[in-house]
Amino acid sequence: MEGKIVTERLNAFFGEVHAVKNINMSIPANAITAIIGPSGCGKSTLIRCLNRMHEVVRGARAAGKVYLDGEDIYDPETDPVEVRRKVGMVFQKPNPFPTMSIYDNVVAGQRLNGEKDWKKLDETVERSLKLAALWDEVKDHLDASGVSISGGQQQRLCIARALAVEPEVLLLDEPCSALDPIATAKIEDLLFDLKDKYTIAIVTHNMQQAARIADFTAFMYMGELIEFGETKKLFENPVEELTEKYITGRFG
Amino acid sequence: MMRPTRKHGSRRSRASLEDKLFKYSVMGIAALVLALLWSLVVKLVFDAQTSIETFGIDFLTSTIWDPNRDLYTALPFIFGTLMTSAVAIVIGVPISIGIAIYLSELAPAWIREPLSFLIELLAAVPSVIYGLWAIYTLRPVLTGSVEPFLMDALGWTPFFEGAAFGIDKLASGIILAVMIIPTVASVSKESMMAVPDSQREAALSLGATKYESTRMAVLSYARSGIFGATILGLGRAVGETMAVTMTIGNANIISWSLLDPGQTMASVIANNWGEADGLMLSSLIEIGVVLFIVALLINVCARLMVGRVMKAVPMTGGGL
Amino acid sequence: MRSYRSRRKWKNRIASLLALVCVLVALVPLVSILMEVVSRGAPAIDWAFLTERTKSSGAPDSGIGNAILGSLLLVMWASLIGLPFGILTGVYVSEYGDNWFGRTVRFFNDILANFPSVVIGLFAYSLIVTVIGFSLISGAFALAIIMIPIVANTTEDALRMVPNSLREASLALGVPRWRTVLKVIISNGRSGLVTGALLAIARVAGETAPLILTSFGNNFWETGLTEPVAALPLVIFRNAMSPYADLQEQAWGAALVLITMVLSLNVVVRLLTRKRMKLYKAVKKTWKERLSLNV
Repeated sequence: MEGKIVTERLNAFFGEVHAVKNINMSIPANAITAIIGPSGCGKSTLIRCLNRMHEVVRGARAAGKVYLDGEDIYDPETDPVEVRRKVGMVFQKPNPFPTMSIYDNVVAGQRLNGEKDWKKLDETVERSLKLAALWDEVKDHLDASGVSISGGQQQRLCIARALAVEPEVLLLDEPCSALDPIATAKIEDLLFDLKDKYTIAIVTHNMQQAARIADFTAFMYMGELIEFGETKKLFENPVEELTEKYITGRFG
Repeated sequence: MMRPTRKHGSRRSRASLEDKLFKYSVMGIAALVLALLWSLVVKLVFDAQTSIETFGIDFLTSTIWDPNRDLYTALPFIFGTLMTSAVAIVIGVPISIGIAIYLSELAPAWIREPLSFLIELLAAVPSVIYGLWAIYTLRPVLTGSVEPFLMDALGWTPFFEGAAFGIDKLASGIILAVMIIPTVASVSKESMMAVPDSQREAALSLGATKYESTRMAVLSYARSGIFGATILGLGRAVGETMAVTMTIGNANIISWSLLDPGQTMASVIANNWGEADGLMLSSLIEIGVVLFIVALLINVCARLMVGRVMKAVPMTGGGL
Repeated sequence: MRSYRSRRKWKNRIASLLALVCVLVALVPLVSILMEVVSRGAPAIDWAFLTERTKSSGAPDSGIGNAILGSLLLVMWASLIGLPFGILTGVYVSEYGDNWFGRTVRFFNDILANFPSVVIGLFAYSLIVTVIGFSLISGAFALAIIMIPIVANTTEDALRMVPNSLREASLALGVPRWRTVLKVIISNGRSGLVTGALLAIARVAGETAPLILTSFGNNFWETGLTEPVAALPLVIFRNAMSPYADLQEQAWGAALVLITMVLSLNVVVRLLTRKRMKLYKAVKKTWKERLSLNV
C-alpha cells in the first residue's frame, strides 16, 4: 500500500519520555484515517510528527523518517515551514486568532504567502468557508471577531483557515473533543465531504466517531502501533487481542 | 479561598474574639496605608495652597520661572518632562519589545533565566549611579559622535539644533530609556508568555515562520499587555528624578531642541530644594502635586490595563 | 514564489537577530556601569576612606564613613517602620482581602509601588521637616513609605504560595485562624518575607531624591533622629558635579560601595527566590492538573 504519508521507524520523545515508538504506517491518499487509543497512548504526538509540529514543544524531538509523496520531511534540507503549508492542522480546542476578524482569520495563511489581491482573497474566503460548511452562517458578519462565534463554528473556522492555504493533507487532533454533539455531527459530515480532495488523518478518543467516518483506523497503545487496517475489519474482526479488548470496552 | 473559620469560631468564643481582633488589627494597618496615601494628597495640596492662590491657572499655562520677581510656573517643566519621557519611550520601548520577544520566543531555555536576571539588574542600579555614569561615560560618547551625527543628519528639524554639549534633554532621554527597559521588557515578556501556545501553533500550522507567528499570534494577542507595559515605563520616566537632575542641564526654559538643556518636574524640585522658601517652596510643592496627578493617572491606566502583571515589574532595588 | 519564500526566510533570520541585538544593547550600559564604577571607584577605597568622615576638598583623610553610617541608620529606621506595616498589609490582603476593601488596598499598593519617590519625599518634607527640620527620621519615614508596597506585595505572594490544605489542616485541629496565619507565615512564608525585606532594603538604599528633601546630608558623625544625616547616595550626587578631582573620586568610591551593597542584596534575593520559584511552579502545576481533571 503506497500512501500519501509513510512513516518509517518514527520515534518521538518529550525530554526523557519516549512517547511514540518505532511507528511504521502508511496513510493513504483521499481517505480518512483515524488514530484511536486510550489517552496518553501517543496518538496526538504521532499526528503532530506528521507536519513537524511536535518539535515546536519545548524539549520535544522526533527521530525516524516521514515521507510525504516520497520526500522525507525530516531531511535536514527540508524546511518545516514548507511542510506545514502542505500539511494543515486543526487542534483540539478551536484556536482562531482573537484579534482578527473571521475574514482575516481565513486568509491569514494566504497573506503569509504574500497574497494581496483582494479579489483572490475574497474568493479564498468564500471557497474555504463553503468547504467548511460555515459560509451561510457567517457570510453577513465576516468583520466580526474570530472568537465572537460559537465553539463549533470556531472549530469550522479553524478548518476553513487550514483549507485556505490549499494543503494536500489535513491533520485533525481530536477536533470535536470540545464540542457538543450537534457541532460534532456537522464536522463529521464536513470531513466526509472533504476526503475526495484531501488526505485526512484524525486523532479521536471516540471509537464511534472513528467507526462512523474513517476508511482506515490505527489503534495505538503505550506509544506503539498495535494494529492498522480498514476500519470495518479492525472493528469487526481485529487481529490483535489488545485491539479487541479496547474496542469492546474491556480495558483495564 | 476556603473560609471554614466562621462556623468553627462561633463555637469557641474566645478564639473567635481573638480572630476578630487579629483580623481588624491587620485590616486597620491596611487601612492606615490607604489613609497615608490620602493624607499625602491632602497635605501636599494644603502646602501648595499659597502658590495655587497666587498663580491660579496661569501656573499651568505660563512659561515664566523667575525667582527675582517671585514668579513661578510649571509649564517649562511639564514640557521638559514630556520631551524627555517621549525620547525614553521612542528609544526604550522598541528595544524592550525586542528583548521580550527574545526572552519569551527565541532564547534557548537555559539562558532565559540568567538573561532575564541581568536585564532586571538594570532596575537595581541606583538612579544616582546612572547619573554619575551619564556625566562621565555617556557624555563623551554623546559629544564626540552621537550628537554631531544627529546634527548632521537631522539638524534641519527643530529637534537637533544647537551645540553638542552632552548635558541636555537628549542625554536625559537616553538615560531614561535605559532605566525603563527592565520594566517595559519584563512586563511585555510576561504578557507574551501568557499567550496560549495554541495561538502559536495555529500560526505555525499555517506555514508561518517563527517571526510571522510571533507577529501574528503573539504580538497581536499580547498587544494590550505591551501597551500597558509602555504606559508603566512612561510612569517611571515621568517620575524619575536623580539621573535626570544630573544630566538635563537645569535650564528653566522651553526649547524644542533635544540638544538644549531643560528641566523636568522632578528635577526642578531636586535642584532647587534647600534654597527654596516662601512662595517658591510652595510652587515647588505645587509642581509636586502636578507630578503626583500625572503619575497617578499613568499608573492607574497601567494597572487597569495590565492587571496583576504589574507583579512582573522588577522590584529589584534601585532607587529613583 | 521561490524568491518570496526566501525573502520570508531572511526576514525571519533578521528579526531573530534584531531581537538578540536588543538584548545586547540593553546589557551594554549595565556592563559599562559596573566596569566604570569598579575601575574609577576602586582606587579611592582604602581604610581611611571607609572610616573617616567627609571633609572639604583638599583636606587629608577625607572619607565616607559617616555616609555609610548614615545610610545604615536610614535603612534601619526605615525598616523598623516600613517592614511591620508592609508585612501586616500583605497578611491582610492575602488572608482577609477577598472583598472590595482588600482589592482597594491591593490596587493602591500596586500604584504606590510605582510612584515617583520624589513626591513621597515631598510628603515627608511637608509632614516632618516643616516641624522639626531636615532630619534622619524624616528621611527614614520617606524610605519606609517606599518600602511598604514592596514588602506587602512579596508577603502576599509568599502567603499565596502556601497551599490551602496547610491552612485547613491547622484549622481542623481547632487552632484559631490568627494563630494559623501566624504559623503559616513563620513556617512556610518565612523565606518569602526575608526576600521581600531584602528587596525593599536594596531599593531604598539607593534612593536619593527623597533624601535631598528630607535628611539633606551632613559632614559629621551624626546619629540623632532629629538631625540632618549623611547618606551614600547624597555623597554621590553632591560630589558628582564638583569641579575638584578628589571629590569626584570620592563620588566614584561611594558609588562602588553602594552598588556592591545593592547588587549583592539582589543576588541574594535571586538565590532565595529561585528556590521559591520551584515551589511556586510545583503549586501551579498541581493546580493545573486539578483543573484538567475537572474537564
